[in-house]
Formats: sequence, structure tokens, C-alpha cells
Amino acid sequence: MPDQLTDAVILGGNRIPFGKSGGAYATASNQAMLTAALDGLIARFGIAGERVGEVAAGAVLKHARDFNLTREAVLGSALAATTPAYDLQQACGTGLETVIQVANKIRLGQVDSGIAGGVDSASDAPIAVGEGLRKALLGASRARTPLARAKALAAIRPGDLAPETPRNAEPRTGLSMGEHQALTAKEWGITREAQDELAAASHHRLAAAWDAGFFDDLATGFLRLSRDEGLRPDTSVDKLAKLSPVFGKGEGATMTAGNSTPLSDGAALVLLGNQEWAAEHRLPALARFVDAEVAAVDYVSGDEGLLMAPAYAVPRLLARQGLTLDDIDRFEIHEAFASTVLATMAAWESEGFCRDRLGLDAPLGAVDRSRLNVNGSSLAAGHPFAATGGRIVASLAKMLHELGPGSRGLISICAAGGQGVVAILEGC
Amino acid sequence: MADLMQLLTTNPLAKQLGVPQATRLRRGRELPSGPVAVGTAGGGTLARRALDLLGVPVRDALLDRPETRVTETSDDGRSREVPEAYPGRIGALVLDATSATSLADLEHVRGLLRPAMKGLESSGRVVVLGVEPETAGAPTAVATQQALEGIVRSVGKELRGGATANLVRVDLLTAEPTTAQELTSTLSFLLEGRSAYVSGQVLHVGHAAEDPQPLSDRPYEGRIVVVTGAGRGIGAGIARTFARDGALVVAVDVPAGGQGLAEVANSIGGTALQLDITAPDAGARIAGHVAQRFGEAARIHAIVHNAGITRDRLLANTDEQWWGSVLDVNLGAQIRINSVLLEADRPGGLDDGGRIIGVASTSGIAGNRGQANYAASKAGVIGLVRAMGADPRLAERGITVNAVAPGFIETEMTGKMPVATREVARRINSLQQGGTPVDVAEAIGYFADPSSAAVTGEVLRVCGQSQIGA
Repeated sequence: MPDQLTDAVILGGNRIPFGKSGGAYATASNQAMLTAALDGLIARFGIAGERVGEVAAGAVLKHARDFNLTREAVLGSALAATTPAYDLQQACGTGLETVIQVANKIRLGQVDSGIAGGVDSASDAPIAVGEGLRKALLGASRARTPLARAKALAAIRPGDLAPETPRNAEPRTGLSMGEHQALTAKEWGITREAQDELAAASHHRLAAAWDAGFFDDLATGFLRLSRDEGLRPDTSVDKLAKLSPVFGKGEGATMTAGNSTPLSDGAALVLLGNQEWAAEHRLPALARFVDAEVAAVDYVSGDEGLLMAPAYAVPRLLARQGLTLDDIDRFEIHEAFASTVLATMAAWESEGFCRDRLGLDAPLGAVDRSRLNVNGSSLAAGHPFAATGGRIVASLAKMLHELGPGSRGLISICAAGGQGVVAILEGC
Repeated sequence: MADLMQLLTTNPLAKQLGVPQATRLRRGRELPSGPVAVGTAGGGTLARRALDLLGVPVRDALLDRPETRVTETSDDGRSREVPEAYPGRIGALVLDATSATSLADLEHVRGLLRPAMKGLESSGRVVVLGVEPETAGAPTAVATQQALEGIVRSVGKELRGGATANLVRVDLLTAEPTTAQELTSTLSFLLEGRSAYVSGQVLHVGHAAEDPQPLSDRPYEGRIVVVTGAGRGIGAGIARTFARDGALVVAVDVPAGGQGLAEVANSIGGTALQLDITAPDAGARIAGHVAQRFGEAARIHAIVHNAGITRDRLLANTDEQWWGSVLDVNLGAQIRINSVLLEADRPGGLDDGGRIIGVASTSGIAGNRGQANYAASKAGVIGLVRAMGADPRLAERGITVNAVAPGFIETEMTGKMPVATREVARRINSLQQGGTPVDVAEAIGYFADPSSAAVTGEVLRVCGQSQIGA
């Protein structure tokens, strides 16, 4: 074991353009999308036939058939079949968590290179059969005689045939993510106007980035989709203002389909390595992986909002690194909902929150809005849960490389279950 | 229904009904299986010396003269005089007419061609060697050399069974005569299956400042070749063919075509570079990619400008945007990228001894209804190549610039043409079939070959001697 940690650097990434749920990728499986993203990455970096240290990826909505999903994708890709792979799942934090895992293994010298990311399909979501049917089917498969099998199957009642539809709800509260966030938005007094402004900016910035060719070396077209399907370059605050609220109730409801992230399909991956591996492959390091932090909050008791964990994780991470918000050149705060971003930033500016919840003497401070999500984020790009981390890490690494050595970027991703995964990158 | 013609042509009855039967063409780096017959009209020796360098087994060509004819009696008892026949099928006839100056020499050309017309094996070859008519001197000599073109083009149309006829003009009567060594790459291309879909064409082989590299089956080993539009169709064929012959391929295509591009790049161990070639920094990004991935000292051996678009519409309905986008992608981008890659000190730029290959089209030669913009761009490529091929500064650096002009090539795109139109396009050429992307790729490979240093400013049609644009 080395005494000193090796640097883990981000060398690039690849994603497929994100599709709208039920859109271009309606019939594409997680495995097909992950393999496509992998093959695009391999082609971009010319590593066909090579073995990399490991591939870590995952999906949040996962079929039973998707066991060993990442390894299967590797086997279906142009990578050497000797490349090991594993699946990981931490809801919307999955993609970033895989990057943390691979980066840490590189830093420890356990692997010299790796690919991290994730995939999700809201279109091709798994549907489970009801408990009654499931038990009857399992009983039938255990049966040793035709009679016993018939008996087991005869137990099925018409009501058992209805499938268990997947729900976007927290198991412990029964509330959907949007309903949870509506509570938080109300608590923090996040206005409709501020949310719509953030959403419009996200679309405009993402569209400008596509137009400028920013994604030429970050995305690979798939199934006739060459840009994010949900992107609406011509949206405006006025247009968004016309939408009716979909989350929250009554007068104070501010969250619409326009300022909430849509369900999406897609896959994204990041290529990491140590400096030697990068040099061997003549791949310039875009950014160095600095540090990461994960926090969780008690949303079940209602003590804290479901998506507020990053508000805790970021201050801990900054403190450990001896940094303040002013030291950060680019913020990538995942736009689960516009109000999530706004509530998180409001918390850092709040004296009360920072004192009572974070134990700080003074507010953490304000995020310079001109440094926030400058090339758009999830509201415009879409949010295939496990793919979001890969999208953000690769884009941020490229931005930091353009800003120059020493520039810093902060990633903040909220996740179901009241968790938050955050990380700091430094431009190379 | 899509393949009514296929049904017609594969049905055993079809042949009896007189439906033209397409021959399965010999392709790849395959020489003819039969011997190569060599003859001369006027006493030239260049062809024989070049064949010696190639190490191809040769035999003397038969010459049809009244005294060598034999009497043949058919079943119904009628007899006629026929030329002496080759004992077995010959693979090719190479006819050196570089010294032909008179009508008597042309009679000799006839005498050498006649026995070969029925003596060639399937996918056989006729290669006639001449000189540039303008250099031949006396008007009769000029006329004689020009006559060769008429002969070869007609012979190409008469040959059957996948056989082709082509004319190669060399410099012999100028200050810088073509050497046998310089002829070998062209001769081997025309004899091998690589030229399967090239017939009725005229190629010029000049003289290079330096001796060309010796021939090799893997001429691009360790060399970097950039192919634009490599994600599908002809471009994918070009990328795969270069990789087969050893090249490190940088496969370029627009981001929207990324899926196909990734597949091509991964299958040949190349790298994918997603790029809109009309972007102002396209040339710099290509060079940057090469310098980054292969090192600052790396240089491009060849760039193939294959990417192109069509925006077909009658000129009466064509506005500046409809016109301009085609001109910019198919021609403007090439010009801009070339100028960047030709900068002498540009890391990742074009190497000395490098190759630029454009892709024109028979539409650029013949024009096509509804394709004025496309034809303009492709004719422009032809002009560009001729001008750059004549540029002494490029010649000094050993850089050659050539183009291919594909005819009807079987791709996903042509597969979507209306059945009738497609079938006509397939049949109205001397080989009575469409070409394949590999056929275009092989012709490009011939130009890109380090041994083709004496070939520049040429436009080679890969069209099976299509009637279109003839």
C-alpha cells in the first residue's frame, strides 16, 4: 500500500443525449443504453480491445434481468472482456458515487484506470407482479407434480393479475419526491418566479452549449437523438409562468412541470485514470478528483426536507478542504427541481440554518449565480437518475480544464432517501 | 418487391431471357489468376519493366494478323477465320503504346486487343499505356495517342464478365519522364481486384521529386489517416479499408452520427472525433486531436475528405441557404481544413509526402437535374484537386492531391432510392451492377499509397464506366 495517495484524474466522458420518458429511447433497455454510452467512450479515447481497471455503474430503476448490468454492458462493448465491472446504487447519487469509488481505488493504487457512471430508463421501467400472483407462480415452480402445479396456479385470483405499478414515492412517507420538495419550497419561501427564472436559464444555457459544440466530445448520438430531447431552447419565463402547479396544494403551490425535472432515459460515463495511465494513452487530464462527502437527513420524521442533504454535505466537505464558497469557480447543483437548488442556496445564506443545523458561527455564504450551472443542468437536459452524476462530472471537468489549472468545481447531488452526494474537482 | 430485378437476374430463366447478368467481381489485393500478357505497339518497354518490378508472371501477347488466323467451323457447317486463341484464359493484357505514333501502330493495338477480347478470364484486365497526347509531337502522333482513349473507352463497354479496360498516360517525352518504379503502384492497382469497379478511365502518372516507396500490402502501417464522414456508408468503407492496410484511423463525423462513428472506430481500433467539418476551428481540432493522441511530432499521412451532404431541389427553387450549405460542407470545409493542415509547422498537420484525397461525384461531371448545388460542389472538388495537384509548393513537399468520383455505390442511402431509379442506375454501366463502398475506398487507398508519389491532380471515376457523366 502506498504511503501517499496517487492523483485520480478525469480524462473525459461520454453520454448519450438524454431522452424524454416514452420518447426516443422508449424501447431501449438499460443495458442497450449503457453499452452505447460505453462504446462511444471507447471510440472517443481509442481504447477498443483494452482492459481498464474497472467499470462501475448502476441504475436506479432496475429489472430483475439487469443483475450484473454493468458487467453485461462491458461484455457487449468493445472493451476487453477481461475488464471487471460492478453495479452500485445510491438513487440519484449513483453516478457520482461510482466516480468516487473509482477515483478512490485509483488514489489507493488499486487500479490505474476506470470508467464510472450510470444509466436509467423511466420508459422501460420494471413492472412487478402483485404479491398474490408472485406467490402463486413461485409455488408452481416449486411443485413437483402436474397436479400440485395446477393447484398452486388455481390459487390465482383475478385481482392478483393487476401489476404493481412503479411509483415515484418514498416508501416511508408515501409522498412523491415532488410532494416532499413542495414542502421544502414552501418552508424556504421559494417563489414561483425564481424557480421559473432558474428553469428558463437552464434551457437557454444548455441550448447555447450544444450550439457552441461544447458537447461534441461529451456526447454521442444514439437512436436518432443527437441532442437532449427535453431541451426547449425557446422557452421563457413568460411561457413557464403559464403552467399550472403539479406539486403542492392550494395557493402556495409553485412547482410546475416546467420547473421540475422531467422523468428521462439516458446513460453517462466518465473515464478516470492516474497520471501515468493518462500519459501512456496521451490523454490530457481535465480535472483532478479532490474529495467527496455524503450526508443524509432525517426526512421521515419531518425534521428536514427530503432533498436537503447536500446542504449538510457541502459545508462539511468545504471545511475539510479549508475552502469557502468563494473559492469555487463552478457550481454544479443538480436541478432535481428548481426549488431544490434555490432552497439549498437559501439554507447556506441563512444565519439560523447555518447556526442551528450546521453549527457554524456565520452563514456559509452566497453562491455566485454567474458560476452556477453555466451550461445548463437537469431541468433542461433531463435526469435519468443514475446517469446524472456522469453527465455532471464530465461536463464540469471539461469546464475546469478550459478555466485552467487550479480552478475549482463543486458538485452537489441530492438523492432519494434523504441523501446528498457532493464532490470537489480541480482543473488541470 | 424491392428486388424484382434481383429475382429476375437470379432466376435460371432470366439468362435465357436475355436479362443482363452481373458478374461477381474479383476484389481486394488479388492479382488475376491467369498470366498477364504483355504486348507493345511501337516498341515501348516501360510496361514490361514495370511488370518485372511487380514480379508478376507474364507471357507475350498474341497478335492477330491475317497469317495467324485459324479456320473455325461451326455446327451448321459454316466456317470463318478467327484469331489465334490463348491456350488458357489470360488474366490481363497490358499493352504498351507509349511509342505509338502512327495509324500503323494503331493497327498493332487492334491486333493485340482482338485475341484478348475473348481470351480474358472473369474480372480480367486490359491496361493500355500511352503518353499525354499534347507531348507526342507531330499531329499524327498526337492523333494516335488520342485515339487510344477512344479505343479503351469502347473496349471497356464491350468487355463482359467483370473485365475492365483502362488507359494510363505517362510522361516519357517531357523533361521528367515517368520511371517504371513510379508506374508500379498504378499498374498493380489496375491489375488487382482493388480496381474492380474502375473501367473506361484515363489516369496520368507523372514524375515525383523523390523515388516512391516500394509497394507493400500494408502501406499505411503506423501511418495516421483521417477520414471524414466515417460513420457510415462509403466513409465507413474507407475507414475499414485503411485499417485493413495498417493505418491508424482517425474517424471523423458529425456528433449526430456518433453511434455509427463509434461502431466503426471501435471495430478498427481507431479513434472517433466528433466534429462539424464546417466549424471554423475544424482543421485545428483535427490537427490537435492527432498531436494529442499520437504526440506532438506525429503528422497525418493522408486526409480523405469524404463527408458530404445533398440538398436536392430544382435551381428555380434554390435560395442562398439551400445552395450554400451544400457548397460549404462539400467544398468550403475541405479548402479551410486543407489550409490548416498544410501549415508547415502545425503539430498534427499533414506530413511531407502526405496525401489529400477529395471525394467528387459523377454528378459533378455530368450534372444532375435538381442537383446544381451538389454538382457545383463536386465539380469544385475536381477543380481544387487539379489546381493543388499542379502547385509546385506541394510537389516540393511530396504532397499529392487527388480525387475519386464515385458513381452508383450500394449504400444505405442508395438503398432508399425508388426501385426503378435504383435498378436503372445499377444497370447503366459497363459492369452492369452497383459498386460497393470498398471499391471507392480501394481507389482512395491507391492515391494515398506512399508508392503513388507520381500521381497527383487526378480525378478517378469509380463508376463501372457509367453512362452518366461519361
